[in-house]
Amino acid sequence: MAIIVDGHTRLLVQGITGYQGAFHTGLMLEAGTKVVAGVTPGKGGAAVHGVPVFDTVDEAVRSTGANACCIFVPARFARDAALEAIASRLDPVVIITEGVPVHDAIEVVAYARQHGVRVVGPNGPGVTTPGQCRVGIMPTHLFKPGPVGVVSRSGTLTYEIVAGLTHAGLGQSTAIGLGGDPVVGTSFVEVLELFNEDPDTYAIVLLGEIGGSAEEEAARYVQAHVKKPVVAYIAGRTAPPGKRMGHAGAVISGTEGTADHKIQALEAVGARVATLPSGVAALVRAQLQ
Amino acid sequence: MKLHEYQAKEYFGRYGLPVQKGLVIDRPEQVAGLALRYPVVVKAQVLVGGRGKAGGVKLARTPAEAEELARAILGMEIRGERVTRVLVTEAVDIDKEYYLAFVTDRAAGRVAAIASAEGGVDIESVARTAPEKIVRAEADPFLGFLAFQARVVGRRLGFAGPVLEEFVRIATALYRLYWAEDADLAEINPLALVAGHLLCVDAKLVLDDNALYRHPELPPNEEMTELEAAAKKHDLSYVELDGDIAVIGNGAGLVMSTLDLLAHFGGRAANFLDVGGGASAEAMQTALGIAQRKPGVRAIFINIFGGITRCDDVARGIVDNPPKVPASIRLTGTNETEGQRILREAGIAAGLDPDEGARVAVELARRGAQGREGR
Repeated sequence: MAIIVDGHTRLLVQGITGYQGAFHTGLMLEAGTKVVAGVTPGKGGAAVHGVPVFDTVDEAVRSTGANACCIFVPARFARDAALEAIASRLDPVVIITEGVPVHDAIEVVAYARQHGVRVVGPNGPGVTTPGQCRVGIMPTHLFKPGPVGVVSRSGTLTYEIVAGLTHAGLGQSTAIGLGGDPVVGTSFVEVLELFNEDPDTYAIVLLGEIGGSAEEEAARYVQAHVKKPVVAYIAGRTAPPGKRMGHAGAVISGTEGTADHKIQALEAVGARVATLPSGVAALVRAQLQ
Repeated sequence: MKLHEYQAKEYFGRYGLPVQKGLVIDRPEQVAGLALRYPVVVKAQVLVGGRGKAGGVKLARTPAEAEELARAILGMEIRGERVTRVLVTEAVDIDKEYYLAFVTDRAAGRVAAIASAEGGVDIESVARTAPEKIVRAEADPFLGFLAFQARVVGRRLGFAGPVLEEFVRIATALYRLYWAEDADLAEINPLALVAGHLLCVDAKLVLDDNALYRHPELPPNEEMTELEAAAKKHDLSYVELDGDIAVIGNGAGLVMSTLDLLAHFGGRAANFLDVGGGASAEAMQTALGIAQRKPGVRAIFINIFGGITRCDDVARGIVDNPPKVPASIRLTGTNETEGQRILREAGIAAGLDPDEGARVAVELARRGAQGREGR
């Protein structure tokens, strides 16, 4: 068992002919992912690493039975690519692209909800279920199958933590990067719900950072519903206030947004919070014993 | 990207939002040429908050007084920001102050209107102390903010009759501006009742940095320092801090945790520099140049965990522009073996452990500081 992606995932890659799209398609195939189709408008008929390329998602789905999508297209085309994937009911739609305008993300997320499709990202590293499926850019060699579910707002920080877990002999059920943008398709709470119900996940690692109130909402959900141990790390304890932090979150949620506030909220509901990324694995091990 | 009040009011004017007659000047002598009805208000144009308390907003009854005030305010420093322009507007008699804004509600993934009959004050403190005085309504992502929603909000603020209709026009226009201009925040505080009509007395506008490409007509961003602007030009995210260890990393989360790591081991970061996903050799080279340009940098900590970023690309960038100050390099992840090999062959040491890398960087900075004192 795993969440969101697994051995049944038949992946379509949008932007497969680009530098990043082609590079990571190769790595996803090596990781055992069934990449069945690529889409780049104007490049239909080509092939990348033996994967057939189509002009539209519609054609690709008809020909290959793709059921999930990963998006590598440049930011200004990401909205159209994501809406196209959602309209074809690909699920999940994982958006790796960085720099997507927030208003575009709002439309994509709303459209996905209307269609009952899960969007992960934008501006995230994707989803990896070790040994079965890698959708996105997480370095495969860091992972091994195991009992720990990992959910994060960051990309690189996720690799850091996963490497530490694997090194400590703690494999992962699934790792999900939610994306670092203000508006993303999947929240901590939704992933906590999935991990809580997943029989192969025995502990949950939650990696947050300053800004917004997603970690506080996660803490409330943990208190109300989560029966499994939760270990967290929050980045940005020493980050200066006011820099690139939208006023939006602050107005709506009062004092929420600082690392300290998030750490307090999580500790108050029984989650163990690590001081350094390297401390996460030891806390997880202690919780699993 | 944050705009000045006078710039925000230009946008307001274009969308039919009522603003006072006013003109922006950068020399006190220009006051004499302004065709304004007195008294006027002279307002410092700064991006930081709290200018009123700092003495940056003053009432003038005559042109002579306005010129004198403009001279005093121009050149003032408000919370570290130098005042280079003032906005001179016709003063009005305010009967009551309201608050109206559109913001992006991250949790809901939607745009929300936030309004209150308690305007003219810090809305965050109203939200904390009297949350029941805040009215909130979500815009539909596809239909927008509708007239009936504006009417509901307006009624809850206590408006009736022709003023209610004015409020509906203002709220729907503010939403149109918010959506069309890719705003992150569009705020009127206060939205003032003056002689029975509503007027946008102050205006705040923050635009989405990711959408700037859709708005090529925008003025230059004045919020950034010189180095921040240089980094931005190369698509690097750089924030100046006040320590002595330059930091380069990939991914906002990792760089934030890198700052925390340095602090944990007793060091202080000189900057936040995220080379971003898919950092190329050129990006790394540029990042090295920018990070070391800040005066007082004694050491550099490069903390790279490759995902979409490839370690071999990073290594090539480092080799092409090797650090000029003592460096601690941590390089691991995608194409790690190749990256480590490239550095080794160029005689540059690099490790795999972040805590060790941070400890070494703090030690290098400390030695640099002692060396300087010894001289």
